[in-house]
Amino acid sequence: MSETGRPLVEAPSDAVAGEVVLRLSDVVKTFPGVRALDGVQLEVRAGEVHCLLGQNGAGKSTLIKVLAGVHRPDSGLVEWRGEPVAFANPQAAMRAGIATIYQELDLVEDLSVAENAFLGHEPRSFGFIRRGHIAGRTRQILGRLGHAEIPPGRMVRALPAAGKQVVSMARALSHEARLIIMDEPSAVLAHDEVENLFRIIRELTAQGIAVIYISHRLEEIREIGDRVTVLKDGRTTAANLPARETPTRDLVSRMTGRTIEYVFPERPTETTVGEELLAVDGLTRSGEFADVSLTVAAGEIVGIAGLVGSGRSEVLETIYGARRAEAGTVRMAGRSLRPGSVGAAVRAGMGMAPEERKSQALLLGEPIYRNVTLATFARYARLGFTDVGKERAEADRIAESLEMRPRDVSRPVRTLSGGNQQKVVVGRWLLGGTRLLLLDEPTRGVDVGARAELYQVIRELAAQGVGVLLVSSEVPEVLGLADRVLVMREGRVVRTAPADELDESTVLDLVMAGSLMEGAAA
Amino acid sequence: MSDSPSTTKLPAQSPPVDPAETEAAGHRAAPAPAGRLSWWHGDGGEGARRNLALIGVLLILFVIGAATRSDLYSNPDWVWANMLSILKLASVVGVVTVGMTFVIIGGGIDLSVGAIVALAGVWCTTVATQSFGAAGMIFTAIVVGVAVGLVNGTLIAYGRLVPFIATLAMLVAARGLAAEISQKQTQISQNNTINGIASNDLFGIPLLVYILAAVVLAGWVLLNRTTFGRRTVAVGGNPEAARLAGINVKRHTLMLYALSGLCCGIAAIMLTAQATSAQAAMANLYELDAIAAVIIGGTLLSGGRGTIIGSLLGVIIFATITNLFAINGLSTEAQNMVKGGIIVAAVLIQQVQFGSLSQFFRRNRLTTS
Repeated sequence: MSETGRPLVEAPSDAVAGEVVLRLSDVVKTFPGVRALDGVQLEVRAGEVHCLLGQNGAGKSTLIKVLAGVHRPDSGLVEWRGEPVAFANPQAAMRAGIATIYQELDLVEDLSVAENAFLGHEPRSFGFIRRGHIAGRTRQILGRLGHAEIPPGRMVRALPAAGKQVVSMARALSHEARLIIMDEPSAVLAHDEVENLFRIIRELTAQGIAVIYISHRLEEIREIGDRVTVLKDGRTTAANLPARETPTRDLVSRMTGRTIEYVFPERPTETTVGEELLAVDGLTRSGEFADVSLTVAAGEIVGIAGLVGSGRSEVLETIYGARRAEAGTVRMAGRSLRPGSVGAAVRAGMGMAPEERKSQALLLGEPIYRNVTLATFARYARLGFTDVGKERAEADRIAESLEMRPRDVSRPVRTLSGGNQQKVVVGRWLLGGTRLLLLDEPTRGVDVGARAELYQVIRELAAQGVGVLLVSSEVPEVLGLADRVLVMREGRVVRTAPADELDESTVLDLVMAGSLMEGAAA
Repeated sequence: MSDSPSTTKLPAQSPPVDPAETEAAGHRAAPAPAGRLSWWHGDGGEGARRNLALIGVLLILFVIGAATRSDLYSNPDWVWANMLSILKLASVVGVVTVGMTFVIIGGGIDLSVGAIVALAGVWCTTVATQSFGAAGMIFTAIVVGVAVGLVNGTLIAYGRLVPFIATLAMLVAARGLAAEISQKQTQISQNNTINGIASNDLFGIPLLVYILAAVVLAGWVLLNRTTFGRRTVAVGGNPEAARLAGINVKRHTLMLYALSGLCCGIAAIMLTAQATSAQAAMANLYELDAIAAVIIGGTLLSGGRGTIIGSLLGVIIFATITNLFAINGLSTEAQNMVKGGIIVAAVLIQQVQFGSLSQFFRRNRLTTS
C-alpha cells in the first residue's frame, strides 16, 4: 500500500521527442451513480505508442469514448493539437483526425474492403460513389500498411480476423488520422499475426501518427510501447512511465494498489488427484477434430494448448454436448452421456464458461443475480415458482466470494467490466454443485489483477475436488495453471504430458510447427 | 480488496438445498434495497414506468372522450357502463395478446392466432361437438388451439423454420381447414351455457371481463414468478446462452407456441359466445391487433424483454379508441389510420427512451473494460 504514496504523475521521460498532440487535464466524467473518470491526465506525443493500462472498470473504455466523441467530459480540458476541443459526436472526432479501432470491429461484413474503408465518407460525384477512385485509394492505403495483397474488392466477410483488423486501420487512415486508438487489438489475433500488427504500428508511428494502445498483455506493452499511463478507479495513478524499463511489480501495484505479482497459485505439493471423473474416448467431428481421447480426474486441472482453429474449443463444446459427436464417447463418472445434449451434461455435473462471454453466456440486460442463477434457478424454485429471494442471496454469496464489482447483484450485467462478467459466468457454475468445469479462454479480455483472482479461484476449486478442463491460447497460462497439458494441432492431440515436463518453447514448437515438425511430432 | 489473493473465499460445494447453508447465505446477503422487491418487481422498474405512461395515454383518451361527448360523460352510470363495454370489447383480443406476449418475449412471433381462433371456433360448434354440451365444446376449442400451437412449435423448434414463415403458412392453412369443416357456413351455437358466457354478468361485471382478468393474472404470474417465465426471458434474450446453461431451448420454444394456441382456444370460446355462432372468417386480423398491442406495451420485438401489463394496456388503448370513434359516430377508416399512427408513435417513444437507436447500438457494443 505504500506504493500509492508516491507522486502520482511522474516527469515525462525524454525518450520521446515528438510534439504533444493530445493532452488531457483533470478530465471528469460521471454517470448516474458512478464516477467513471475522476481526474484523468494523459499526454500523447506524435509518433509514439502510448499504452493505457488499468484493471477492468478503471475507466479505460470511458476514456476512449471521450476521445472518440461518444461521451463529453463533465469537466477538465481536452487539448487536441494545441486547441481545446469538445467533440459533439464520433464523426467530429474522426474529422479532427482521431480514429478508434474497437475491440469488436465495426465492419460491414457484406461490403467490400474498399467500401468499408471509406464507409460514411465516400468520395462522390453527382451523387454517385466513385468506385474506381475508392479502390485506388484503398489499394494505396493498404500498401502503406504493408498489405498490398488484400484486394480492395474482396468482401470483408471472406477475410480472416487479422485481415479485418487491417481494414479497420485502413479506414482510420482514410480519414487522415493523426491519432489511432486501438482497444485490445491483439485479443483476436494469433501469435504470428500480432507480430504483423506490431510491424504496422511501427510504420504508422514512423509516419508521425500517434497510437494509443490498450492491452492486458504486459509483454506486448514492453515490445511495442514507448510510454505507459496507468489508470485506477478513474484516476491517472502514473503517467508517462517508460514502457520497457518500468518493473512489472511497479505497474501492477499502480493498477491494483497492492504489490502482488502476476503469478499463478502454487500447485499443491502433494497431488490430491481423485478418481477419474471425465473419460473421453475417440471423439471425432469431421473437419474439426479427430480421435481425441482424454481424461480428467476429480481435483485435476487439465489444460489444452493450441491455436485458434486447432479444434480445441470445438472439443470442449462437443464434450459439453453443445455439438454432437460423430464418433467417440464421453463418460462422466463411468456413465455415458447422451451425445449432443447440454442438459444431460449439466445434469451429470458439468458446467462451461464459453469463449464468447457476451454472445454465448450472458443475458446482458438482465440483472447480475439472474445471470448467476441462469443454470440453477429451477432448483431453487418450488412447484415451478421461482424463489427470487433465495436466488439473490445465493448470487450475493457468489459475488462476495469472487469479489465481484459492483457488489449490487440487481445491476444489469451490461454495466460490468469484462473481468467481472467472467466472474458472473464462472460463478454460475459454483452454485450448482458442479463437478467438472469446462473453461474456454477464461481470461480473455480480463485484466492482470482479475486474472490472478480467477487463477486462484480455479486452483481452489480443484483443491475442493472439482475437475477442470481448460482451453487457452496463452501457453504460459496453460503451463502455469494446469497439472497436465494436452497440445492440439490441426484437430489432433499431438502431445500429452504433465505440465512440469513441458516448457513454453516446447509447447509453442508443437503448436505451430506444422510442416516443420510433421514427422517427429505425430 | 484483499492484500493476498489466497483470501478469496469460495462457496461451499454442498448442494444448494442444504438448509444450514441457506441460513448462512441468507445471513450474509446484503439487505435488498427497499422497493426492489415490490409487487411489480418482476416487470422491472423500466417496464413499470412505461406502463405508467400507457395509463397516462388512457387518461388522455378519457379526457378527449369527455370533451367531445360531454353530454354522455356527465352521466356517471353511462361512464361506468361504457368502461365495461370497452373492457368487454378488449377481452377476446386481450386473451390472444397474453399468449402473443410470451411468444414475442421468447424471441418468436405468431401470425396464425386469428386463424387458430377461427379453426377452434368452427370446430367446437360443429353439430357433432355441440352434442357433447358446453364442456365438450370448451374442451374441443382448447385442444384444437393447443394442437395447432404444437404444430407451429414443432415446425419452428425442431424443423428450424423461421417463426414468421411457419405461422404465416399456418394462418393460411388453418383458415382453409376452418372453411372446409364449416362448408363456408356460419355455424350457430345452440348451447345456452356457452352463449351465456358473453351475455351474463356477475356482480354487474360481464363474465368475459372476468375471463380476461383471470388470463392476464395467470400470464403475469407465469411470466414473473415461475421458471417457465424465466426460461422465456432467457430463450428470447440470448438463446445460445440459455442453451449452454442447460435450458432446453427447443422444448421451451414448442411450449411457447402451445401456450399461444391455448390462449387462442380460450378466445375462440369467448368470441363464439359473443356471436352465438362461428365461421371461418371470424377473428380476422386478430394477429395484427395482438402484435400491435404487444409492441405498444413495450415488449421488444427482438425478444428478451416485455410485460404482460403493458400488453393489456395496449389492447385497452385500442379498444378505447374504437369506442371513442363509435360514440362520436366516426368511420372505421379514420379509426384505422389513427391506430396506425399510434403504433408508430409508440415505437418512436421507445426509441427516444433509449436516447436514439444508433446510440443504443453503440452502447451495446462498447460495454467492455
